[in-house]
Amino acid sequence: MKTESEAAKTDEAAGSETEPAKAQASASGCREVVLSVRGLQKNIGRKPIIRDVTFDVRAGEVLGFLGPNGSGKTTTIRMLTGLIQPTAGQALVCGEDVSRHPEKALRHVGCIVENPEMYPFLTGWENLEHFARMQPGIGPDRIAEVVAIVRMDKRIHDKVKTYSLGMRQRLGIAQALLGSPRLLILDEPTNGLDPKGIQELRAFIRELAATGLALLLSSHLLSEIQLLCDRVAIIAAGRVIAVGEVDELVRQAGVYTLWHLDRPDAGRSMLERDAGVTIVGEDEHRIDEALLASLPGAIVTRMDERAVPAWVESFVRSGIGVLGVHKVAPTLEELFLKLTEGESVG
Amino acid sequence: MANLLALVQNETIKVWKKKRFAVIVLVLLVLIPVFVYAQLKIAQNDAAKFPDWRAELQQRITDNTNALSSDRIPEEWKKWRRALVQQLQYYLDHDVNPDSPNAVTFTSSFLENAVTLFIPLLVLAVASDLVSGERTAGTIKMLLTRPVRRWRILLSKLIALSLYVALIVVTASALSYAISGLAFGYGGWSAPVFVGFSLKGSDVDTSNVHAVAQGAFLLMEMGLVWFSALIVAFIALMVSVVVRSTAASLTTMMAAVISGMILSNMASSWHSAKYLFNVNLDLTVYLQGTPPPIDGMTLGFSLAVLASWGAAALAVAFAVFTKQDMIQ
Repeated sequence: MKTESEAAKTDEAAGSETEPAKAQASASGCREVVLSVRGLQKNIGRKPIIRDVTFDVRAGEVLGFLGPNGSGKTTTIRMLTGLIQPTAGQALVCGEDVSRHPEKALRHVGCIVENPEMYPFLTGWENLEHFARMQPGIGPDRIAEVVAIVRMDKRIHDKVKTYSLGMRQRLGIAQALLGSPRLLILDEPTNGLDPKGIQELRAFIRELAATGLALLLSSHLLSEIQLLCDRVAIIAAGRVIAVGEVDELVRQAGVYTLWHLDRPDAGRSMLERDAGVTIVGEDEHRIDEALLASLPGAIVTRMDERAVPAWVESFVRSGIGVLGVHKVAPTLEELFLKLTEGESVG
Repeated sequence: MANLLALVQNETIKVWKKKRFAVIVLVLLVLIPVFVYAQLKIAQNDAAKFPDWRAELQQRITDNTNALSSDRIPEEWKKWRRALVQQLQYYLDHDVNPDSPNAVTFTSSFLENAVTLFIPLLVLAVASDLVSGERTAGTIKMLLTRPVRRWRILLSKLIALSLYVALIVVTASALSYAISGLAFGYGGWSAPVFVGFSLKGSDVDTSNVHAVAQGAFLLMEMGLVWFSALIVAFIALMVSVVVRSTAASLTTMMAAVISGMILSNMASSWHSAKYLFNVNLDLTVYLQGTPPPIDGMTLGFSLAVLASWGAAALAVAFAVFTKQDMIQ
């Protein structure tokens, strides 16, 4: 039985060439900071919609920007890319303030804000030429290079209006990569892609991170962040409420141990007597229902994993058959709910 | 920093590839033959009514010459009559029927009629979605997240727009000349036209009247049409920046242009209406010497009013565009 995060681990192992990069990035906390966001605020009229957003993105790392729809992800990203002027606070890219010197700061940024909208009446190549003209030093060679990176060679001279969403996404990434940026910002990059497209995009994002690029990915999909990101910044109601390594935050939220016993009632009463074991009620956890369905009557507990062998032994001694013991990591959704406890989200 | 020329190139390519200019040429190619045909019918009718135009012309010259020798006519009027006689004599000498149109007179009258509505509409086809179109399509997000200051982007759009305005005026004139020439012949460049009439109170001041070649007259008209089209373009650019959707921007501008035409036709006693840009668009009236829609309007006045509107529109467009939050 695989949990979501376990699935992520196997997935990573499959793309073995990206593994060292990820390990490296999470190992060193002192890599160069490419994007530094400090106390960003935005009021629309008098209403604050972004109250306090602070986080850093370092070279070679993928930072997930997680929050439900309407939490301020896109507004924040628009401030990071110069589309919206912040009311207070600043966003520095390689030390340059985006709102004061956009022409300097944005030189290092490639981005797709929401959908990758390109000019439909131009070909892919003409679109890239258009954006290449906006930055000095990008010649046809570089355009051909990014086209090759996103594997668009065959259709690049077709009009964009004939492209599928997946191809538009790839063209958008090609555009973002044109100026050899040090920071790539992708807003909900898997939106509207089919499963194959999503898989390709994930592999591609890992390849990019391995080259030392800093990546900021926003998503409201928790699994997406777990699969792709080293660290995560969680935003709710215009505030970043937690920043940390994905694995660390998951560990903090606690791991479940599921007991599948042939006499669940007897087992439950034994577990209840131990102070080191917490039995989690049905409504208190958010473990995938599909998983629970395959373990009818399983007892959901929180306990130190080192106590598990002793418990197996004592169950056996008491004549209770152990059909299975499962460790289940909490989903990021659960983590999210835990962090936003008591706050109205949205 | 990207150089301005490259940005202008971008904007020009986008308008071109959107086939905006192709549509304009298509509209001209359909409509001009219709006008030419109508004009041809009028000319045929006239020819049927006055079979001997030379005799008629000679009669008019004699009448006017007789009037010149009369003492009862004031000196200014004599000057005007002398000019007229000179003009009629030219037609007679060159065997040209003044009432039969040629390609040059047709083009000139086409421009006179097109300046208030038709040319502005063609200009709006390009100008109205220059900024709002990028917002509607969402491409503004790509455009403004590149390392270029916003005022440079708007400036590049403004320059591209000005180029297209000039191109529209020249193309409309050229097509009009080329198509009407098929029906009326391509001559008429050097025939004299009298300019310099101005209104002093209720009298026509003819002290500055002089003849210019019809070709030169046409060029002067084209210049004036270009200027008023350019101002319409500037105002449309401002509306396109301020209003988010292309449909709204186009409707606003069309309403403004059409209401100007209606106001001008009301021979207005509302004097301050002369400060509105849309009643000043018809600059060609000053060349023909016909009275302007509202008293006190002169060529200089109209040019100044239009220039102020254009400058104000650009100031608003740049101020808004450089500050605006691109929320949607």
